[in-house]
Amino acid sequence: MQKKLKYLFENIKYPLLAIVLAFLIGSIFVILTENSPIVAYSALIEGSLGNIPKLGETLLKTTPLILTGLSVAFAFRAGLFNIGGEGQYLAGAISTVTAAWVLQDLPGFILVPIILLAGALGGALWGSVPGVLKAKLGVHEVIVTIMLNYIALAMTNFLVRTALNPSTLTGSEQKAYTVLIPEHARLLKFNTFMPVFGYSFLHVGLLIAIACAIGIWFLLFKTSVGYEIRSVGHNPYASEYGGISISRNIILSMMISGALAGIAGATTVAGLTYKVDQASGLPGYGFNGIAVALVGKNHPLGVLASAFLFGVMSNGARKMQFEGIPKEVVGIIQGIIIIFIAGEAMLKFMTTRKKKADKKEVA
Amino acid sequence: MANVVEMKNITKVFPGVVANDNVNFALEQGEIHVLLGENGAGKTTLMNQLYGLYEPTSGEIYINGKLTNIKDPNVAISMGIGMVHQHFMLVEPFTVAENIILGSEPSLNGGVKLDMEKAVKDVEEISTKYGLKVDPNVKIQDISVGMQQRVEILKALYRGADILILDEPTAVLTPQEIEELGEILRKLTKQGKSIILITHKLKEVMAMSDRVTVIRRGKKIETLKNENTNTDELAEIMVGRKVNLVVDKDEKVAGDVVMSVKNLEALDNRGIPALKGVSFEVKAGEIFAVAGVDGNGQSELVEVITGLRKATGGSVNLLGTDLTNKPTKSVIDAGVSHIPEDRHKRGLVLQHTLAENSVLGTHRDEPFSKSGVLDYSTIHNFCLELIEEFDVRTPNEKVAAKSLSGGNQQKLIVARELSRKPELLIASQPTRGVDVGAIEFIHKRLVAERDKNKAVLLVSLELDEVMALADRIAVVYDGQIVGIINGKDATEKELGIMMAGGSQKK
Repeated sequence: MQKKLKYLFENIKYPLLAIVLAFLIGSIFVILTENSPIVAYSALIEGSLGNIPKLGETLLKTTPLILTGLSVAFAFRAGLFNIGGEGQYLAGAISTVTAAWVLQDLPGFILVPIILLAGALGGALWGSVPGVLKAKLGVHEVIVTIMLNYIALAMTNFLVRTALNPSTLTGSEQKAYTVLIPEHARLLKFNTFMPVFGYSFLHVGLLIAIACAIGIWFLLFKTSVGYEIRSVGHNPYASEYGGISISRNIILSMMISGALAGIAGATTVAGLTYKVDQASGLPGYGFNGIAVALVGKNHPLGVLASAFLFGVMSNGARKMQFEGIPKEVVGIIQGIIIIFIAGEAMLKFMTTRKKKADKKEVA
Repeated sequence: MANVVEMKNITKVFPGVVANDNVNFALEQGEIHVLLGENGAGKTTLMNQLYGLYEPTSGEIYINGKLTNIKDPNVAISMGIGMVHQHFMLVEPFTVAENIILGSEPSLNGGVKLDMEKAVKDVEEISTKYGLKVDPNVKIQDISVGMQQRVEILKALYRGADILILDEPTAVLTPQEIEELGEILRKLTKQGKSIILITHKLKEVMAMSDRVTVIRRGKKIETLKNENTNTDELAEIMVGRKVNLVVDKDEKVAGDVVMSVKNLEALDNRGIPALKGVSFEVKAGEIFAVAGVDGNGQSELVEVITGLRKATGGSVNLLGTDLTNKPTKSVIDAGVSHIPEDRHKRGLVLQHTLAENSVLGTHRDEPFSKSGVLDYSTIHNFCLELIEEFDVRTPNEKVAAKSLSGGNQQKLIVARELSRKPELLIASQPTRGVDVGAIEFIHKRLVAERDKNKAVLLVSLELDEVMALADRIAVVYDGQIVGIINGKDATEKELGIMMAGGSQKK
């Protein structure tokens, strides 16, 4: 047990240090805006964790971050850098709305799982494109995923204006969003069964996200599929030698990664927005997922913790603003955390490389 | 004779490792001095300090009697020290002359224009002066490895080297080329050059050296005169205990054909034919060796058999099953085990634990995986058994494979591959870069497989290994089998001729 704790500490000490340092440096910027860091940070904490409804709102913001963070972390384990979370999120969201409209006559207990599944499938499909291109033609996934983000955005907007617009489907006037999903397709809110959550919009998507994290952890570390994915991520040549198909695992990883981002879109639609809005830019959850995965060290359980941290910061930022502190300070702190954690990776990379170089010469 | 190099009390510490511990070394004018030791003993580290690639942690270096601080290779070169590395540092698409002058190019018009004419003339001049014949105008990629080595030596001489360091120069040469190298080195010493030769091969020490210094685990053990010693004594000093250099192997009649390879053709990574119609059979109860100089199609051959590379023609058949271009997993399941030539690239996932590595290839099968879920307690117990049986030195089965020494990593691979009870064991460079103890152990296990009536395909660049183990030897040259001879009739000379592409003597 003690050994395990020590192991845990070894793994989280750098992220913790990075967070503490980031808040210290962040306080310099608070002081520059002629405010007190103590006021700022207590507002941040009070705004995000001050009472149960506030905590609920924080967890609401945490939910999609867990899923997009998992998406990036999972792909990373397979040696892939999926920065297409944005597009996969949108593909998931739009699939959810579509499925809910088409299958609206089904009863709720069947419809809800089906529309979530549709979201996962939409994300998986969107993720499979760079997967197949990488596995079969060697096209780099970063380029493809990033470009598919904008294709997804344009296609989403197109569908919002046309096929999924209330004007097309119900004959009402033209709207800047899709039809609403039927009431029996919506996810339960926490305040309906736990009144302490009060005004918070927190929905059971949070539980789905946590279940996904546990599921991904199990898949990665306890199954032969996860073994193969981690093997390919670490050493494709040895995997090939061990009878593991590299291309199959690349496609599979990209699909699972895409599915996770797709579920982020699905739960947001089914639990919070009930529709997809026309948007001028990407939603941002996918990109934030990169930061979440980085801080969570690409471990599913680490992602849970780091998504919560990002949830706290983004929810607490509002309260800070009420205290007259620009919310950009939170952005700065987030940025510094990421730089420090990336710096750690770089530091480790450089030290192991140096060690390797030294070792090589001891011959 | 005067000492041209004197290294006094050299200690070099890397984080966690003492690579050189208070080593004294002296090179006399005009001698060939061998630095002998096992892989990882600290030979190259010591010489890298002489060549300025490392600075000693403590100790002094005297060149021609003068205390010198060799802080980088430029200083070494200006002191007349030249080094030929184990892996050649040549620019492949450049010509011989271009490579030799690289770094000290003659120029025209005040340094603007390269004087290629003078370069070629210079190269021809030193080439005749030292009797190292080369064609200055051919490209490096078009000449043999032996020739490339000559170019490396000429490069050092062109820069005015009087002290030559050669790091494992014979690893890539045929026996005849090794002999030639010996003559070249003799000639150079007659012209006043002094030579340090780094090697772990005992026979070469006896053939080429005047004196030999043995290094073991970073410490200098002894300096001996060639005429006062022999290979058995050197082996014992090098390893630190009595070594059995001969592999015990009984006569045995081979059984039925286990694998047959017919007219196999394949391309290498550049898309150039690497196998040009290779045919042979491996029988039960024999060790069939493929010998040859590196890069003549051996790697491609093993990759095609194991499903890692597509055959463009021909067939592979194992006990009546066609394995041509079948996926690797089918080849494994058909009963083929494979000790790969590069354990870091292919053999292990270094970041995985030993336990996880011990089931690579069978991770999807019972009892390690049950309906897709890995049974870690079974895997860990299995790995502990292998560690015990194959004497893998490790704190436990949960450490990452990268934390093990090369010899122990190799033992883990051998353990994993043999644990599957293969019909055919492919052993590709099974003892590359491992210590003598591990070599003895691995050789014994290969012979044991043969004695259990299994087929063993050994692919090795070490002629000694091939001759010690093989029942039959096929020699490859340029993607083809030059000939197949019986192991016990084989002589080094005959094999050497075949390795260079010469035809088999009838």
